[in-house]
Amino acid sequence: MPVTAGTVIVALALLPLARWVVLGYTGAWGPNPAEFLARSSGTWTLAFLALTLTMSPLHRLSGWTQPIAWRRTLGLACFFYACLHALCWAWFDQGFEAATMLADLATRPFIALGMLAFAILCAMALTSSRNAKRKLGKRWKTLHRGIYGVALLVVLHYLWHKAGKNDFSEAGPWSVLLLVLLGFRLLPAAWMRRIRGAG
Amino acid sequence: MKSTTLSCLARERVLGREPRASEVTAQEVWAARRRSLEALGALATLGTAPLRTVAALRAAPSGAPGALGTAPPGVAGVAAGLTAGLTAGLGANGVSAASLRAPPGTGLARLEAAPSASSTIEKPTAHQDVTTYNNFYEFGTDKEDPALYAKSLRTRPWSVRVEGEVARPQTFDIEQLLKLAPLEERIYRMRCVEGWSMVIPWIGYPLSEVLRRVEPRSQAKFVEFVTLADRQQMPGLRSSVIQWPYTEGLRIDEAMHPLTLMCVGLYGEVLANQNGAPVRLVVPWKYGFKSAKSLVSIRLVEKQPLTSWMRSAPQEYGFFSNVNPEVAHPRWSQATERRIGEDGLLSRKRKTLMFNGYAEQVATLYAGMDLRKFY
Repeated sequence: MPVTAGTVIVALALLPLARWVVLGYTGAWGPNPAEFLARSSGTWTLAFLALTLTMSPLHRLSGWTQPIAWRRTLGLACFFYACLHALCWAWFDQGFEAATMLADLATRPFIALGMLAFAILCAMALTSSRNAKRKLGKRWKTLHRGIYGVALLVVLHYLWHKAGKNDFSEAGPWSVLLLVLLGFRLLPAAWMRRIRGAG
Repeated sequence: MKSTTLSCLARERVLGREPRASEVTAQEVWAARRRSLEALGALATLGTAPLRTVAALRAAPSGAPGALGTAPPGVAGVAAGLTAGLTAGLGANGVSAASLRAPPGTGLARLEAAPSASSTIEKPTAHQDVTTYNNFYEFGTDKEDPALYAKSLRTRPWSVRVEGEVARPQTFDIEQLLKLAPLEERIYRMRCVEGWSMVIPWIGYPLSEVLRRVEPRSQAKFVEFVTLADRQQMPGLRSSVIQWPYTEGLRIDEAMHPLTLMCVGLYGEVLANQNGAPVRLVVPWKYGFKSAKSLVSIRLVEKQPLTSWMRSAPQEYGFFSNVNPEVAHPRWSQATERRIGEDGLLSRKRKTLMFNGYAEQVATLYAGMDLRKFY
């Protein structure tokens, strides 16, 4: 099997998962493993979301076409860690109890925001195949612009979570990064061409 | 092999000989082993049928925390055996030495303390967890920060000013405080407002011992506690999480309650810096943040003091902050908690007890009060 850029991305995307397994075997999940896994999976969701959002500006700035091909795999990696992140909440924190989960969604707005972002990601992941793209036609593009909404919701989710302690040392830089990546979308195409030309 | 060590320990206790340090190091070993086992269990489960395993674990709950004097929860393994053995040994001959010791190598001075009838017989949280998973914002807001950065705290010289509505205001030197009253080991449950808990073998004596020496006047209705705030020693003060110095408060009857501890040590040693060295408050029926660390001042006052958390988020934190499963924090439920190092990833979170299980001792303090209003 030839080693394509796609397989390399998949392999890299699985590294954080492998790290958890190694840390688990060595008993290094810390005093509160539930908290460690929930936070770590959240961080990796953010990382892959940022990478996904980097691909389109990279394409427009460089003119390379490969980033557009990598975008889907990176988006699916983001979805994968988002699944684990949501699972940590539903399983370790809520014990899969429907009533408790609903109450939690109602009382903690940051949880509700995260869940809304996850719902959008689910819809995008389910329609990520070429087949679905063909079938949905124009609507596919509209749906997949949902990634911008996901990014905004995730920023709010993270900042709100940290607001209790007034601690934005990590949530702050992540939010700035995501907002800058979103900001690229607002730049007129002409600017992009000029930047590319100057480069 | 293990059982031989245990019976040796028990015999040595009866004979009054201190166990060798090497025999007590088991603490760290079983803490690490337990974590690995939990991790392995979790991984195996992830690979098979998660839902069925969760159901099975639920069918065999790990045991709710008992109130004082009730039977220990369904504990198993070397850890519980060792703890139970040591406690039983102590009970038998009343040796005046702390029953639980930190592993060697902490570099902290030993403290001798008598066992106390107020101690819970639940399994104490591993020393490793008690000293590395802390909230002490003066050294950073992450749980690991205090253990990493509290080395810069200088605990000598140290003194605590006790003043306000008192007949004899005094400044106590730390050496004086260490000898002020007979030291007791008090194994208390500790419930953090964030939804996790520990069982900690504190060393200290009732705060009332200090308060009665300064002779409170009748106007002294509340007590205010102030933590050190020194930018040179405390890197966390650069952030504006809350207003420094950290300030806490109790009503005078709460402060005089026999469970309220002036604490100078844990696990048979003086307090590690990250645990609030050299002297802190411990109020076991309230959320952990009420137990102010590294105290420099205790003021008896007439008006209810404004605590740091009330100032920073009044809608979230009240003056009393009694552990209460029925009153939710505005952003999360307080009905359940996870016992650090004990409740595995897959075990159901345990139910939080009213007044953290100390209702029998403290409920009368709040008779007739609406605890929803006075949260």
